[in-house]
Amino acid sequence: MSTRIAAHGRLIDRAKSVGFTFNGKPMRGYAGDTLASALLAGDQMVMGRSYKYHRPRGAVASGAEEPNALMGLGEGAKFEPNQRATTTELFEGLTARSQNHWPGLEFDVGAVNGRLSRFLPAGFYYKMFIHPRAFWKHVYEPVIRQAAGLGRVPGGRDADTYEHFHCFTDVLVIGGGVAGLQAARSAAASGASVLVLEQSAHWGGRAPVDGGTVDGAGADDFVRETVAELEAMPNVTLRNRCMGAGVYDHGYALGYERLTDHAPRAGGPRHRLWRIRARRIVTATGAIERPLAFAGNDVPGVMLASAMRDYLVNWAVAPGRRVIVATNNDDAYRTAITLKTSGIDVLRILDARSSGGGALMQEARALGIRIDCGRAIGRVSGGKRVRSVAVCAQEGTGGALEEVECDAVAMSGGWSPVVHLWSHCGGKLIWDEARAHFRPDPERPPRGADGEGFVIPAGAANGELALNGILGDADEAGKTAARGAGFKPARSKAPRGETVEEAPLQPVWLMPRHADAHLRAKAWLDYQNDVKVSDVRLAAQEGYHSVEHTKRYTTLGMATDQGKLSNINGLATLADAIGSEIPQVGTTTFRPPYTPISMGAIAGEARGAIFQPVRRTPMHGWHEANGADWEPVGQWRRPYTYLRDGESQHDAVMREVRNTRQAVGLLDASTLGKLLVKGPDAGRFLDMLYTNMMSTLKPGKCRYGLMCSENGFLIDDGVVARIDEHTFLCHTTTGGAERIHAHMEEWLQTEWWDWQVHVANLTEQFAQVAVVGPDARKLLERLGGMDLSAGAMAFMEWRDGRIAEFDARVYRISFSGELSFEVAVPASQGLAFWEALMDAGREFGVMPYGTEALHVMRAEKGFIMIGDETDGTVIPQDLGLGWAISKKKEDYLGKRAQARPHMTDPTRWKLVGLETVDGAVLPDGAYALAEGVNANGQRNVQGRVTSTYMSPTLGRGIAMGLVLNGPDRMGEVLEFPGTDGKTYQARIVDQVFYDKDGEKQNV
Amino acid sequence: MLILHCPNCGVDADETELAPGGQAHLKRFGPGSSDEDFHDYLFARENPRGVHFERWRHAHGCGKWFHAARDTATLEVFATYSAQTTEPPQAVLDAIAARRPGWTWRHES
Ligand SMILES: [Zn+2]
Repeated sequence: MSTRIAAHGRLIDRAKSVGFTFNGKPMRGYAGDTLASALLAGDQMVMGRSYKYHRPRGAVASGAEEPNALMGLGEGAKFEPNQRATTTELFEGLTARSQNHWPGLEFDVGAVNGRLSRFLPAGFYYKMFIHPRAFWKHVYEPVIRQAAGLGRVPGGRDADTYEHFHCFTDVLVIGGGVAGLQAARSAAASGASVLVLEQSAHWGGRAPVDGGTVDGAGADDFVRETVAELEAMPNVTLRNRCMGAGVYDHGYALGYERLTDHAPRAGGPRHRLWRIRARRIVTATGAIERPLAFAGNDVPGVMLASAMRDYLVNWAVAPGRRVIVATNNDDAYRTAITLKTSGIDVLRILDARSSGGGALMQEARALGIRIDCGRAIGRVSGGKRVRSVAVCAQEGTGGALEEVECDAVAMSGGWSPVVHLWSHCGGKLIWDEARAHFRPDPERPPRGADGEGFVIPAGAANGELALNGILGDADEAGKTAARGAGFKPARSKAPRGETVEEAPLQPVWLMPRHADAHLRAKAWLDYQNDVKVSDVRLAAQEGYHSVEHTKRYTTLGMATDQGKLSNINGLATLADAIGSEIPQVGTTTFRPPYTPISMGAIAGEARGAIFQPVRRTPMHGWHEANGADWEPVGQWRRPYTYLRDGESQHDAVMREVRNTRQAVGLLDASTLGKLLVKGPDAGRFLDMLYTNMMSTLKPGKCRYGLMCSENGFLIDDGVVARIDEHTFLCHTTTGGAERIHAHMEEWLQTEWWDWQVHVANLTEQFAQVAVVGPDARKLLERLGGMDLSAGAMAFMEWRDGRIAEFDARVYRISFSGELSFEVAVPASQGLAFWEALMDAGREFGVMPYGTEALHVMRAEKGFIMIGDETDGTVIPQDLGLGWAISKKKEDYLGKRAQARPHMTDPTRWKLVGLETVDGAVLPDGAYALAEGVNANGQRNVQGRVTSTYMSPTLGRGIAMGLVLNGPDRMGEVLEFPGTDGKTYQARIVDQVFYDKDGEKQNV
Repeated sequence: MLILHCPNCGVDADETELAPGGQAHLKRFGPGSSDEDFHDYLFARENPRGVHFERWRHAHGCGKWFHAARDTATLEVFATYSAQTTEPPQAVLDAIAARRPGWTWRHES
């Protein structure tokens, strides 16, 4: 029976009753309870089922290391799976559901896995899923997928909000136990700014439970006074419910603050991610008790001795009435003493050490507790809770000496420092033989930019387990941190801690030491992933001698608790199995976060509309008000087409193309990149950047140019206008402006830094409108202003002037094959200019057109599009663009690469037009079949579709593609299978489908 | 999450402000170079565990490129310096030698 007791309860307020539900059942606890302590107080021992065998499981710990008691909390949009009951603070109305069972927690079909456990050994998944292939579809996926997984995925969109904090501090102290508080005090006395993070809601850590005195007063008093002192210091910031989640390069650290998990109606963000830069970081993260590996150590009611002590002292909960304590050290005697003095029967202390312990043992004996030395637990019996314990000799194989009926077991295998945060950024560990644990190696800390260690472990996290040692170590750590941060520590003495002297522990990695195979198969190492001693031994037998391999093969330590309880026991088991020593086997890598943090906290405010800023042209609002069907292009939104009432997307595009070809259309081209390149060496510079000659361009003229990477591949294209002797304006693709600007800067700054050239990105300073179609000139002339006649401004020329009241720079260029003027006006005049064009164009039937009509028209003209015809592996020569590659220039970026053998290979696929035999539209990206099959048994291919559209101008599907020897195979018909099951026949044709002689644009 | 001092604007820049640019002090090979030289220039990169010279751009800051000499294993930063140089300045080489006795720059080994 697990119940609330009259004694103790330092964290609960018995005057405040709190109602909650567990699996729909109403229950009550007290303010200050955790969900775990409240469940235990209500005799709810089983809190979930294990992942693999679906065994009933209860809380084994009382804090962040808990592997079993994972719950689904909340409902609907506030539901969250896999929350630890031990760190969930109780509040009125909390709803919790247990996990990993079907149909119910008490009766679970999946528990049959447990009976099949000998068929589910280490490496089961690797061994099982190799063969036969057909089983994937019919068995593995539908059946195993159903049973696998931890918790349930939330259904809706997360209703909570989250935020990020950026902060800088001289010293960051992670952990608010006595070590962290003392380190903070010693560091802060120097004047350094100090930030202290404590993961729980309470300061002081374990010390108030474990007892002992500080400078003659109780640990509770020391904690209260130190917190009060720190709170009064202006250079100290204290944050509880805030876990130090990770330590990274150069003093970067993450804090994870849980603001409203304990008070969900409080409003404001739920979690806050602290992004911290600290000069020095003190890790005062304490230590975690290790379980003992004995058969049945996962039966609900078997608990870490320290956890049982916590439940008693902090929450006044006794997990059983008749308890057996098993230990290899003195600390567990504290639990026995606390139980006994709280009125609970302690039936036995089974001390694995043949000569037992020290003063604490004497104290326990004086209380009348029976102590059996050299004894061990042979096995624990019981299903949903402990029923009895078979006692045996520690040095034996498990032959039972007696069977003792009891309802709870407290176990202690010694303590392991929490070295995670020390290790995250490369801090190394040493094996402490006497205490049987890994602790930080002071010679090999994580190092900062200055080459000095920037993480300083303190207290139990540094392997100091006694109170006085902890306080002294923490005092020194605080001073070292202050010194490292550039401050002079104040002269002061560490407070004096007093606790009972403890006898040495005896390492126990298996209980009993020579446990037979039957017992080993029930001795759990990793509760959450259901890994047992037998699994690790099997892995070792199968040749997995590296701890990293064994981890992956057995899944030991790979669950959400990251092996906080299982790590050391697991690698000790491996060391034993391969006849090696623990330090030689070593640990697996510790990775952040320390415990799982919410995805919401990682995202912070970056969700929905502000996930990424949207760039808007000056005419964006007009487009929106006039039916724009948006297409994201980089960070811009561009109208794909403008939908009219009842019109389909396809019909709208066809209408826009027809209207532009027959009358006049407007395109918002403001998003095109506009890079101003200026300086005496501008021409020379652009000759290096473009494949063609730019330095010979005359002011007033435009030239289409191609840009390649040093690898030879085409990266961008656009029209360059020469403004004057020293100035060029380079147009880039919409997505390319920032990229090409950076490309130019890189070459200017890092290779040709003595060339006199500046580059400025003017993209957003201008609104640009393409006025396109046979009536384009008429429309602009209706507005009045500069002379746009063919005589005044030839094709591929530009002029500055005024159109109506607008300051305009007009480029006579065409991407559609029609008469076309691209007019740039200052961004502030963009909307007014657009509206003036729409107004004046009414009599010509002007319509705006979107990016899809633009694409259709350029394809009809056989113009390439970066990102369609190019994919990072295509060179200009592949696209028949040899005319735009200067033969005269000695050098340009990509020239040398284009001379490499693979680039000059005549079998490179080349660009051609493709025309379906029946006029249908080819599927985008379809491949042209060739004879035979390749080494993988797939059909050989000889080309692929790069652009494909329905052309309203030609009344048929048109396409472009890259085809083997394509330009030499005009008229040949290729087969393109579609994903729709049909095979399309298409003829190789010239890629220019419309107005091949360019008469229309040249009027 | 490194912090590197930008020698162009003087800011101690967080890695989120920076864009990496790979190995520093590459010599460009253009038309007329041998296949081997060009291949090495384009593709062959050092990957040392220890002292390394890198290019970085203060992309979300002043926009300028600079070089960093640092230890890829310990993350110690020996110096950051102008990108407008073909070899590490002597002061940078001295700073590295002081911290890594016996280390030499490529041509000196
Ligand atoms: Zn800078």
